[in-house]
Amino acid sequence: MHAKRLAFLSLALGVAITGYMVLGARGSWSFILPFRGAKLAALLLVAMSISTATLLFQTIARNRILTPSIMGFDALYVMIVTLAVFFLGSRNFLAIPELVTYLTALAVMVLAALLLFGTLLLQTREDIMRMMLTGVILGALFRSLTSFATRMIDPNEYAVIQVASYARFNQIDTDLLGVSALLCLGALLAAWRIRHRLDVLALGREAAINLGLNPRRAAIEVLILVAVLVAVSTAFVGPIAFLGLLVVSLAHLVTPSGSHAILLPSAALISALTLVGGQTLLDRVLGLSTPLAVVIDFLGGILFLALLLTRMRR
Amino acid sequence: MISVSDLSYGYRDTPILTDITLEIPKGGVTALIGPNGAGKSTLLSLIARLMPLQSGRIMVDELKIGTCASTDLAQRLSILPQVPEIAARLTVAELVAFGRYPYHKGRPGAEDLAQVETAIEVFDLQALAHRSLDTLSGGQRQRALLAMIYAQDTDYMLLDEPLNNLDIAASRALMQLLRQMAETHGRTIVIVLHDINYAAAYADHIVTMKEGHLGPCGAPRDIVTDALLRDVFQTDAKVRRLDGKMLIDV
Repeated sequence: MHAKRLAFLSLALGVAITGYMVLGARGSWSFILPFRGAKLAALLLVAMSISTATLLFQTIARNRILTPSIMGFDALYVMIVTLAVFFLGSRNFLAIPELVTYLTALAVMVLAALLLFGTLLLQTREDIMRMMLTGVILGALFRSLTSFATRMIDPNEYAVIQVASYARFNQIDTDLLGVSALLCLGALLAAWRIRHRLDVLALGREAAINLGLNPRRAAIEVLILVAVLVAVSTAFVGPIAFLGLLVVSLAHLVTPSGSHAILLPSAALISALTLVGGQTLLDRVLGLSTPLAVVIDFLGGILFLALLLTRMRR
Repeated sequence: MISVSDLSYGYRDTPILTDITLEIPKGGVTALIGPNGAGKSTLLSLIARLMPLQSGRIMVDELKIGTCASTDLAQRLSILPQVPEIAARLTVAELVAFGRYPYHKGRPGAEDLAQVETAIEVFDLQALAHRSLDTLSGGQRQRALLAMIYAQDTDYMLLDEPLNNLDIAASRALMQLLRQMAETHGRTIVIVLHDINYAAAYADHIVTMKEGHLGPCGAPRDIVTDALLRDVFQTDAKVRRLDGKMLIDV
């Protein structure tokens, strides 16, 4: 049953990708195909990163409502980049090779995520409410610090970080595509390799220990993967609050299973379908200027409220 | 053999276990009894490395808790916690299959599948095998968890009040199964029991605990007396002997 549904999702994604590449093309194909191809690759990377990061995080947190975005992971990344511009000045910031700033921001992100969220996840007594509140407060803190810093800096310098602070899908910076693809595929491969361990971790702390796993170490490994995946996707398209929640919930609906060997590809396919399909539909078919991020966050936000309310009642 | 030496454990300033030194012999059923809050579950959790040791030493055969590889221990010792968390969306068969994870690490072989099959049969779960756990009653869920531990096929099994949620038939069936596993397969079973009648009837060896200290330990017929009930449990129930069996007033 799952195999058939995964095949159907792949087929739908294939149609969406074809639509994205060929619809509304004016001009020579030799220009359009590489130009759109790079953007498509970036969209696919982002889609897989977000769905995988969310799924991993939910497995470790044993919670279907929390996502890295809700916990403020992407706000953390935006803050790191903003503070770097704030303290270095845009001239210095831009003088450093882009690759160096990118990798530094990534390293800081991984460390900060481990420090901030590691302590939260490693408590033996799980307290979801406290985790959620801490996440929301941390997210608000990161956003406030970011906006404080942006107010203090030169408007010209602000232009440098503006790119990182808003979700956007039609202007994707493809300069770093190679490095990002490498990092992202590495993290995705690592996530795929620990899929069986993730299944066991989802059983809970005591059951995981009984079956010979070390939940503490696993949580740290997963947090590192999540931090890398979120950083890569935020660097490409900016923060998208509810995409992860939306696509992972859909994956649980379309392929209900406890096995990450099914959930990981299923969520990735749904995520890619949402981004590529949504972008094709809005941009090429409907010709709308509404950003896709607005539509996704609107739907995802409604889902978030619905999940919260039904869980509360139970 | 499980040997515990000089084990102490506390939560902030409250001692939960004080200087426990204990040997649980290999083979047989050892029952851990005592009033609420005596530290029985804490002792079991420490042996099964569910909580980090604070002081003292625990050895399971040649494996030292805290330093031995967790995955080696998972092939030697299994635990059923008192209030197991449960991943509600799994089916019974999926849950039981996890019992084989320490051996196959995600790639079950034919032997693993056969063991899972046997565990499902032993706990009479065939009819429920494809139901998801959140549709089961408390007792059925308890049986599914027991089947998972059974499939793990370890020399040592630690069970924390496994009779919770089980009716009398299932309770007796489980105790008889544990006896049979101890006698014919040489398994070592350590079980926390609330009902002393079950302990007296099925255990080879009883360990009593009170307020974090060890009480009298020994064979049921030697230690289950009016005095034990008075000293350890602080109740004036009498022990009656009938046809060579012991019955404790309820």
